[in-house]
Amino acid sequence: MNVTIVDYNSGNISSVINSFKEVAKDKVNIDVTSDLNKIKSSDKVVLPGQGSFKSCVDALNNISGLVDTLNEFAINNKKPLLGICVGLQMFADVGFEETETKGLSWISGKVSKIDNQNGKYKLPHIGWNEINITKDSKIFKGIKNKSHMYFVHSYEFVPEDKNVISATTDYSSNIVCSVEKENIFGTQFHPEKSDKIGLKIINNFISL
Amino acid sequence: MLKNRIIPCLDVKNGRVVKGINFVDLQDAGDPVEQVKIYSDGGADEICFLDITASNENRDTIYDVVEKTSKKCFVPLTVGGGVRSVEDINKLLNCGADKVSINTAAVQNPEVVLESSKKFGSQCIVVAIDAKKNGDKWEIFTHGGRNNTGTNAIEFAKKMEDSGAGELLVTSMDRDGTQVGYDIELMSKISSKVNIPVIASGGVGNLDHLVDGIKLGNASAVLAASIFHYGKYSVKEAKEYLDLKGIPVRI
Repeated sequence: MNVTIVDYNSGNISSVINSFKEVAKDKVNIDVTSDLNKIKSSDKVVLPGQGSFKSCVDALNNISGLVDTLNEFAINNKKPLLGICVGLQMFADVGFEETETKGLSWISGKVSKIDNQNGKYKLPHIGWNEINITKDSKIFKGIKNKSHMYFVHSYEFVPEDKNVISATTDYSSNIVCSVEKENIFGTQFHPEKSDKIGLKIINNFISL
Repeated sequence: MLKNRIIPCLDVKNGRVVKGINFVDLQDAGDPVEQVKIYSDGGADEICFLDITASNENRDTIYDVVEKTSKKCFVPLTVGGGVRSVEDINKLLNCGADKVSINTAAVQNPEVVLESSKKFGSQCIVVAIDAKKNGDKWEIFTHGGRNNTGTNAIEFAKKMEDSGAGELLVTSMDRDGTQVGYDIELMSKISSKVNIPVIASGGVGNLDHLVDGIKLGNASAVLAASIFHYGKYSVKEAKEYLDLKGIPVRI
């Protein structure tokens, strides 16, 4: 099996690569590339993302044909895709970080700044927070409710259809931190930095 | 609920851990990979490397350390010490660091913070503020605490937030190495001035000091070196103690 981590100059993806390689060992081949043919032929795709919503969308669009290839992979062919952090946020129709920017429109909704209640909550939301699992998700197999995950973000994904939400976390309000819609998975937290429990989520995705 | 973080800090010199855990059963106390594994297995919420390599010719050794360590470290790894430019930050991130802490360069050239936070995102830019009390204010020291810049630390903290820093690592030079506790006044003044998380550092001698840093200093995270280095307490003991005192921690 081939799992491709999309390398589209979206910032630092070394930790994502390290953790997937740790979990994959020799069983699964992990590619790190923006090569469209390799993405097309892979079994699963990981879409990481660091920095702002706008910078990530711009970086995707800068690689000719990449967005079309991802659409074909996730929407037409319905193959498993995992978005991490801004990778998840880009599933939305629109994001408001820096300036209003169109997303991939895979899951209807918007990405807006977390309400810090006039400074009561510090932003970015950095550190370990518990997740409240709201529905059975394949990537949460064997993961206990209230497990701790590592977060670092200032913006949140607000999907229109609440049925896609698979977990929330409590920071200022109930923030969506994981979604599942058919073959599309996303986590706002960083499984690659969430210790052994995070590696388990990665293993669950690889084993789908 | 967001948990308060405990961050053990390791001093690295010429690619070797020089101040680490002094466990007798450790095969090689200077091996960063082994040291980091002990901390992360013990529940460290993040790990911090401080590169204290003095000579320029050995500066590149930190990249090897980060590269080797990050392959086996699945909690966030922050690297600081001698970071001068956007290019230095880029190299450390490519080697597998999750965050980079900038000290002297941030004071001498705040543009580095602005540029790097734009380029890599605020989440990986930590500004390290070394401050010492002078009369009724705190001043920023650079070059590992040797140079007094005369810059007001609290105003500087605000400026760094505006420049895009994601977190501030605040060290009291008066307290560093003394084991008498954090400079609580400094921590709480900076924490109330900025809306980004503050990591308290400098002066921890016992577990109550960690409690004070969070409860009185309003720090989001507490960093300590020697209490862990010399095996006085383990990270696990520290977390259990904080939990006992009603502080939310990841256990």
